[in-house]
Amino acid sequence: MSDFDLTRLRKNLSDLSLRDRSDLLPALHSAQSIYGYLPEPVAAEIGRLLDVPLADVYGVINFYTMFYREPVGETIIQVCSDPACALAGSDTVLEATCQHLDITPGEISHDGKHSIESAPCLGLCDHAPAVLVGDKVVSQADPTRLAEWINGKPTKPGGHIGGDLRILTANCGNGFATPLLEYKAGGGYAGLKTALKLTPEQVIGEIKASGLVGRGGAAFPTGIKWEGAASALNQPKYTVCNADESEPGTFKDRVLMEGDPHRVIEGLVISAYAVGAHQGYIYIRGEYPTALKALEQAVDEAREAGYLGEDILDSGFDFEINIRRGAGAYICGEETALFESIEGKRGFPRVKPPFPTTHGLFGKPTVINNVETLCNVPLIIEGGAPKYRQLGTEKSPGPKLFCISGDVARPGVYEVPFGITLRHLIYELAGGIRGEHALQAILFGGAAGVFATSEVLDVKLSFEDLNAAGLTLGSGVVMVFDQSRDLRDVLKRLARFFAHESCGKCYPCQLGTQRQYEILERIASDNPKPSDFERLSDVGWTMTDASLCGLGQTAATAVLSAMKLWPQMFQV
Amino acid sequence: MTDIKITIDGQTVTVPAGTTILEAAKSIGIDIPVICFHEACTANALCRLCVVEIEGARLLSPSCVAEARDGMRIQTRNERVDRSRRTILEMLDSAINISESPEFMGFMDEYEADRNRFPEAKRRESPVTDDNPMYIRDYSQCVLCWRCVQVCADDAQYTYAINFSGRGFDTQISTFFEKPLPESTCVFCGQCVGVCPTGALKPKREWFFEQGLSPDDIMQLTRSERKKRRRETG
Repeated sequence: MSDFDLTRLRKNLSDLSLRDRSDLLPALHSAQSIYGYLPEPVAAEIGRLLDVPLADVYGVINFYTMFYREPVGETIIQVCSDPACALAGSDTVLEATCQHLDITPGEISHDGKHSIESAPCLGLCDHAPAVLVGDKVVSQADPTRLAEWINGKPTKPGGHIGGDLRILTANCGNGFATPLLEYKAGGGYAGLKTALKLTPEQVIGEIKASGLVGRGGAAFPTGIKWEGAASALNQPKYTVCNADESEPGTFKDRVLMEGDPHRVIEGLVISAYAVGAHQGYIYIRGEYPTALKALEQAVDEAREAGYLGEDILDSGFDFEINIRRGAGAYICGEETALFESIEGKRGFPRVKPPFPTTHGLFGKPTVINNVETLCNVPLIIEGGAPKYRQLGTEKSPGPKLFCISGDVARPGVYEVPFGITLRHLIYELAGGIRGEHALQAILFGGAAGVFATSEVLDVKLSFEDLNAAGLTLGSGVVMVFDQSRDLRDVLKRLARFFAHESCGKCYPCQLGTQRQYEILERIASDNPKPSDFERLSDVGWTMTDASLCGLGQTAATAVLSAMKLWPQMFQV
Repeated sequence: MTDIKITIDGQTVTVPAGTTILEAAKSIGIDIPVICFHEACTANALCRLCVVEIEGARLLSPSCVAEARDGMRIQTRNERVDRSRRTILEMLDSAINISESPEFMGFMDEYEADRNRFPEAKRRESPVTDDNPMYIRDYSQCVLCWRCVQVCADDAQYTYAINFSGRGFDTQISTFFEKPLPESTCVFCGQCVGVCPTGALKPKREWFFEQGLSPDDIMQLTRSERKKRRRETG
């Protein structure tokens, strides 16, 4: 029936013990690594082996941008096209790359070796303009040296790691993943040892007392989440690390995973012990190959050393971690969409309630935490909540990572206690505005965040202060734009991002992200239609008020904030 | 089961716990518009036309799945609710052809939706797929309510012949690699045609009739097609 030799596929799936629907994404990744893409006979065989209806297999392949139905080049070159990289000249890089290979985005070079993609944010804003050549990061891609990096010559890494504190990032920024021995030498896994001597209730009590809230953007109290899953009656329970960081402007989780994977694992094991889970998942976005390798290696090390597996540190507690790789879908950072993805489905968010603490992964009680949140956990358990609360403010305790990108001298990840001023972060830590222009605007909280002007420079970076100022901390993004920048172009790119990443489930977002992009495209090209302002406003408020999940509910936040600050920008 | 008391548009109503706001409203004669909701299908709350405002809630709530809670105060019509409903309808009308659905056209009138609200908007154009003797698929009329996918799967037939292709605005209902239906697991039960709220799925005879063919021609055509298929598969 086919020209494809399916024996390797069958062997791979059998070697990896991939046998049911929840193994669909790993099976598709595995098949693609063999065949380069996912032709029909291969997809059909996977459906047969995993007992998944063929139409569903096709639906899943179609949902994730990193799965290909048609042949692609041996190496895929992804040129980031989102705001921070655009400011640094990514359009020129894309154009030069296309010219060099004599193809357009989506095509294969004549020798079959490369294809080019204009990619949504790669989480490399501190390396802008960033390019991924296969699994290799090209930092500050220089179009004049294209011939070198296109063939895999390493580039000097960009991106600073700094700040007033180096607690969560103590082991980051060395250019390699901190191995187990070194992590232990610095006090690693002491938090887990302490936790295993406490009762699960005591662990949860300590997390609650610490005042830790989620660092992924929603700022939900972590202890309360854990308590909810711990007290749920259903079994088994799961704990999940949300490492699908993909919010344009966010790259802190990547830095943590690449530099200090054991801290993530330690946090996850403690969370599992607290809620009574014996199986955990780490779901990493597909565009983070380095972080994936670092975590895979660290999980193996941790298992060998007895921090994972059966009877962890002779405590009688068993826990295993399964690492899952995403495949190009920002929506899978939404917790319920992430569960669907692990279950081998399209990443459609679920209707809430019910909430994950009672109906999460596989319909079972689940805690799901962001990477940075989990990295705070060992610190809290080891030193105790009172010590943890000495950092930060009364209502926002602890350390926080900020991702600064755009027009600053030193873009990067900065660790600070909550409560420092924005001015300190931008001017003292990140070196101020790059170049000769003055500060024009700051985008807080990422693509789903809000714009502000230099008037807010003295705001304190804490949940309570930002809230009072009508701003949002989001995932800790601070994107800076100088006076020379056309913010309409920035807005157009944000709108394009959401239109590209909308899952298509609920109407307000499925239709609204597309219409918002069309209107902003007109505005950015200086060609608005009469009433575009009202149109944009209606679309924005409809998405905000009526969308099913957080993506749609925040897809217009930045736009609406800009319309309030600079209404003239949107008029003819 | 305990009863709860809620207020909808100023009227107090007592309903059993677990009743959705949509059902509670209906019980006192308030009709909330829906597109994706169908009594025989799992409610997915995806069209969001049925959103209502619950006092104290940050966002609007989909009444088809939101359960009434004791003491809730709900508004099914106000400026905020109407803006969302009207904008959803206008955006939908700008993307696909809803003119064959009198129900949706009625909603357009009721919410004073402007049929030209989104000029030069991208549409989900799609040629009519005529690949079997039973029904045609015209996805330029598809509202993506998911009903067909659901009845083909766990809501009724367990056939799993169709799912989705694409994502976001470009989502479409599709078979495996867009193969013709006779090559899929479709058993031609017709349930999908039965639940389709627009003219996207249509019996072949009805479609031929709309094309101006006479009943005799239609009988002739469908008969020869059936024979042809039998020869091919036989």
